[in-house]
Amino acid sequence: MNSPLRRLSVVVLAMFVLLMGNATWVQYGPPAGALNDDPRNVRTIYREFGRDRGPIVVAGDQVAYSEPVDDPFGFQRIYTDGPLYAPVTGHFSIVFQSTGVERYANDVLNGTDASLLLQRIQQLFTGGSQQGGSVELTIDPAAQQAAWDLLGDQRGAVVALDPRTGAILAMVSKPSYDPSVLAGHSTSAVNEAWQELLEDPDDPMVNRTIAGDLYPPGSTFKLVDLAMILESGEYTPDSEVPAPTEYTPPGTSTPIRNPGGAVCGNGTTATLTEALRVSCNTPFSSLAVQMGADALQEQAEAFGFNQDLEVPMRVTPSVFPSDLNDPQLAQSAIGQFDVRATPMQMAMVSAAIANDGVLMTPYLVATERGPNLDVTGTAEPTVFSRPISAATASMMTEMMVNVVDNGTGYPAQIAGVEVAGKTGTAQSGIEGVAPSAWFTAFAPADDPQVAVAVVVEEGGDLGNEATGSRVAAPIAAGVIQAVLGS
Amino acid sequence: MATVAPTRPRAGRNAEIGLLLLALVVGVSAYAIVGLNLSGELPPDLWRHLALLAGMAVVLHLALRWRAPDADPVMLPLVIGLNGLGLAMIARIDVSLESRGLTAGFAGRQLTWTIIGVALAVATIVLLRDHRMLRRFTFSAMVAGLVLLCLPMVPVIGREINGARLWIGVGGMSFQPAELAKILLAVFFAGYFVTRRDALTLAGTTMLGLRFPRLSDLFPIVLIWAISVGVLVVERDLGTSLLFFGLFVSMLYVATEKVSWIVIGLLLVAVGVVFAYLTFPYVAARFDVWLHALDPEIFNRDPGGSGQLVRGLFGLAAGGLMGTGLGQGHPDLVPYANSDFIVASLGEELGLTGLLAILIMYLVVAQRGLRAAIGVRDGFGKLLAAGFAFVIAFQVFVVVGGVTRLIPLTGLTMPFMAAGGSSLVANWIIVAIMLRVSDAARRPAPSGAGSVVGNETAAIALADLDRHAARTSSPRSLFGWDHVTDAETSSSSAVAHEDDTFASAPTEHIGTRSDLAAIADDRLTSPAHDTGETEAGAGTSRARLDGPGGSERGTSERVVGLARDVPGTADRDPDPGATGVIDPDEERETSR
Repeated sequence: MNSPLRRLSVVVLAMFVLLMGNATWVQYGPPAGALNDDPRNVRTIYREFGRDRGPIVVAGDQVAYSEPVDDPFGFQRIYTDGPLYAPVTGHFSIVFQSTGVERYANDVLNGTDASLLLQRIQQLFTGGSQQGGSVELTIDPAAQQAAWDLLGDQRGAVVALDPRTGAILAMVSKPSYDPSVLAGHSTSAVNEAWQELLEDPDDPMVNRTIAGDLYPPGSTFKLVDLAMILESGEYTPDSEVPAPTEYTPPGTSTPIRNPGGAVCGNGTTATLTEALRVSCNTPFSSLAVQMGADALQEQAEAFGFNQDLEVPMRVTPSVFPSDLNDPQLAQSAIGQFDVRATPMQMAMVSAAIANDGVLMTPYLVATERGPNLDVTGTAEPTVFSRPISAATASMMTEMMVNVVDNGTGYPAQIAGVEVAGKTGTAQSGIEGVAPSAWFTAFAPADDPQVAVAVVVEEGGDLGNEATGSRVAAPIAAGVIQAVLGS
Repeated sequence: MATVAPTRPRAGRNAEIGLLLLALVVGVSAYAIVGLNLSGELPPDLWRHLALLAGMAVVLHLALRWRAPDADPVMLPLVIGLNGLGLAMIARIDVSLESRGLTAGFAGRQLTWTIIGVALAVATIVLLRDHRMLRRFTFSAMVAGLVLLCLPMVPVIGREINGARLWIGVGGMSFQPAELAKILLAVFFAGYFVTRRDALTLAGTTMLGLRFPRLSDLFPIVLIWAISVGVLVVERDLGTSLLFFGLFVSMLYVATEKVSWIVIGLLLVAVGVVFAYLTFPYVAARFDVWLHALDPEIFNRDPGGSGQLVRGLFGLAAGGLMGTGLGQGHPDLVPYANSDFIVASLGEELGLTGLLAILIMYLVVAQRGLRAAIGVRDGFGKLLAAGFAFVIAFQVFVVVGGVTRLIPLTGLTMPFMAAGGSSLVANWIIVAIMLRVSDAARRPAPSGAGSVVGNETAAIALADLDRHAARTSSPRSLFGWDHVTDAETSSSSAVAHEDDTFASAPTEHIGTRSDLAAIADDRLTSPAHDTGETEAGAGTSRARLDGPGGSERGTSERVVGLARDVPGTADRDPDPGATGVIDPDEERETSR
């Protein structure tokens, strides 16, 4: 009987070899990755939540952090000033995909980022559980709060940049929401809150600064026209340009009028400075048609239109359409037709002008730190593009200062600070829907420290009476003051 | 004349102490780590836990020293280690279940069952002085086994859990009688096969190059098998059914050495599987789950979906190479994480590394059991140990294979680890019996056994033998095989040829069949006072040597006695003059 016994022991050995091979395959082979990524795998969420996720820090204060709790997840995400910072932090949810910095800096926050490898190895030896790193933002809390307060109950958005670096100083979107309600550990409660937010007609979860429905930029787009005109070298701020009360582009019978049908300059011509000061439409439309769609598109794209950008959240590209005919181009030149922009985009236009024509890439994360607070990454400001020359920038600065000092931008005046700005009142094109009020500016004009763009949807509190001047400019002034004051 | 194996395997009782300490360290530190990782402090009952486990180990060890001093020293520590790890994991899952407000308290119950299991194992070691005593109960074991199998179908005491009617409930306790039936049926199969093996082996018709047994020999076995499997089909438990089948086929194969049984067995499996697949929707569902586990439709199907299996796979994948660490994973997300799916829990928290280590522990237990089967001299013991060793290995295969999706999932428990009293108790008794058999297998040849006794030459030879044993220690491999190299074999057979005074060459190994035959001849013509009985015995052994299974004999085994086995109960007080009663069923060419 020994011979079959030996064979039996070989069979037993073979069975175990099979088991071991299969266990290796399942646990450490190709299927393991797919199983770990399976959306039905609750462990992935537990793993994310079970980690001591690092905080999101604004000026030394944690605006989002994780606190140990006694439930299966182990940690509860806390948002100290949820709605104020929601467009920045986004939310971290067990049920829905995370957004904002929570999503885009996830690797650092949960401690899996490559830059934290060394610390993970240390933890392996010291036996500590994996801790996340912290993320420090560029946000200036004073500017953020000022923008939040000044927007009040109006729907809209504010972006403030440091034109010298591209650092995002303020990113406010209203209405907002509290990410805490989505960070709960009760799936049903989170689902309910999510559904409520989704059904809210004001779209509180949309970050209007970079990812909302894009807005027609209206007259603020004239800064792009002006850049193209001055860059051509054929014009100076004092050049007299055609400024009829009505301009009918070739190929259409629909004329373009100045705001309120007003007379611009002497009724036939105006200087560029004057045209910008009172925001005439006809000179910009006619010059754009004269110089061609390609030239304007090129200039717009140099400022960032039609370009991808991540800050680290993805910024919806602002749109300047291609293949425009003359009537469309004439409309586009005054920020209408299919031209669409994010507040981020218009802040970038101001920032480029402020920074001697050099557009710095906007960014939100200043510093990344490991769990032990060692700095593991610092933002390096980079140049996004050079849309205009320093000379053009200087001319435009002067003209924009004139807008605030003597023109439509007067509500943005700040005592003792030279503000350069441009208003915009973008028609919705829909009957009964009030225009969007725009203002973009930077200050101080001689040493720019902040560039800002404000949009207030559907006229805000003033409705059809709204203009960029009355609704948006005061908000911009407040944000500029907050930045300069701090 | 007979030849002898000179080397006395070390009993290893002292080595066992070291291994037991190691096993206790593994089990108790796992328990401590669970507490540290889950609550930040050592479990309050850590010392009690340690004392109980250590106490059980000490009692088992002393029982072995007292009643089975030559028993395998590796098996017990391995089983203690597995049981301890299982207890730690069950306690760990209790904590998670409690925190989710679910019924817990499995760890305490499992500890109680462990104590009961160990007590029964000690009783088995102490009371069962010789495993051949069990042979007397061949047919009563059959009856008792079948009664146990049928118990869950009795209306009042039967309990149905998750669609399988496999439990009996008495008071608040429930018990799975099939686990005990496993032992009884193994005893029956061993007793029956060893009596009928000649008929099963030699008679029959040859077909397709394979010799198939006569229908009359086959009938009673197939009947018993059909009854046990039929009962299980009625009770709707695929796993136990498969287990009995594996036990049956493996023991039949060992008894008869005939591959035709394997063929018949596999055919029966195939027929059974097809029949079950077509007849029982729950079996068909199991196959769907196995083949299309990740399909959303199958995943969400309720009942009979793949949710549990896939969640177990998620756990295994989450464990990866090193595991999450005890208490730091989420094994409780899998239904039945402490019983049917304890493998997934272990794989998640101990990782692939831990799971492989656990599998190796089981593998060594099974191989040690098979080693005992090879070593023991009587056919009944061989069959019994082989059956038990295989049933443990096979159960692990079915459970781990099911959880890792190698084979369709069936509802079996992981021996020694899964929460569940019946399985734990039954497996502890199985280990006790295997230890008993291994004691017989490893017991040094009593003076007189294995050679012609009552003659002066032999007495001198035995003195030599003892001296030799004192200075020789044979190298032992992982699974305890004693290896005899070819060189060793051939040189010693050369000695056998040169020196006809067989007894004076005590370190003999028999190289070939012809050597054996020559020695047998030699012995038959020996002037020593061979009785007729001895001649008959030698004659039988000769016939057996020429028999179908004899070809490999002597090639690698140390050949001991030709003539007789001394009954185990009398081993300790050899009587040089007694020839002993020769059991015609017992192996004669057995190795050491």
